[in-house]
Amino acid sequence: MIERHESVIVTTFVRALVPLAQLFALYVLVHGHDSPGGGFQAGVILGATYITLALALGREALDRHVNEPVCVALGAGGVLIYLMTGVFGMVGGGTFLDYSALPLPVSPVRARYFGILFVETGVALAVAATVVVLFCRLADREDRR
Amino acid sequence: MSETLLAILLVLLVVLGAIAVRAADLLLAVIALGAYGFVMALIWATIGAVDVAFTEAVVGAGATTVLMLAALLRTSRRRSPLPSRLRWVALAVVIAVGMALISTTTALAPWGDPTSPPAAHVSPRYLTRTVAETATPNAVTSVLADYRGYDTLIETVVILTAGLGCWLLLQRDRP
Repeated sequence: MIERHESVIVTTFVRALVPLAQLFALYVLVHGHDSPGGGFQAGVILGATYITLALALGREALDRHVNEPVCVALGAGGVLIYLMTGVFGMVGGGTFLDYSALPLPVSPVRARYFGILFVETGVALAVAATVVVLFCRLADREDRR
Repeated sequence: MSETLLAILLVLLVVLGAIAVRAADLLLAVIALGAYGFVMALIWATIGAVDVAFTEAVVGAGATTVLMLAALLRTSRRRSPLPSRLRWVALAVVIAVGMALISTTTALAPWGDPTSPPAAHVSPRYLTRTVAETATPNAVTSVLADYRGYDTLIETVVILTAGLGCWLLLQRDRP
């Protein structure tokens, strides 16, 4: 069981750090087209912010922000976003995962750009949910030594 | 310069690996493994694989370390000694696998060779066409999410499956 850290410096720093880190995760996600990064890295960073929260403010603080079944559902939703992006490529007349055929009011090249953004968002959701759930299960409330 | 740096980092890698294997305190082993991941990220960055370096830094040095620390909370900080007859079996297996791996390194394409099969097959097409076809200058992103979309889809399913498996296996109110 992880308790709240005693030092006010640590707790205050983490309170300030977490929103910034989450903003950075969003930046890594949407800027993956032009710079290193993408859905996977963004997902891990997003998941890690919640782990940081638990390590500094205690397990209860994490439980206030994260509901595990909802978290698992979000992860599955991420995979669903990926799958549906592929299916919508078929709806638009292409093959599965053909983003250029996505029914969007933009050019086929731009549609592929957005298709990449959609699937990266799905990947980020799935990865973030998995990291958080893994930590929640491993650092459970009860101590089973 | 970068080759000197690479040599230093590789030596550091071996030292950290040895510490992680030999440490009697598993907390020390986990921290050494985290440092190992970070040095690995530096190596990827040094040889120009920035996306891999990024992933290694957040996963190898960050998430894995924290998850292993959480696992230590559930188990014990002390390692249990291996039975002595198993030591020789382990040594023999490690030497055999190590020899096999080293013997295959000569079959690898030289690093950075533009005429090697990995660099000459489909890579030039991805690198030259990614901006025109997907408006995405970072070829790593376009290859991962567009050209090789199936691979990434299945990888995401694998990650979710791993998460689901741990979630179900480590439930709180199991008898």
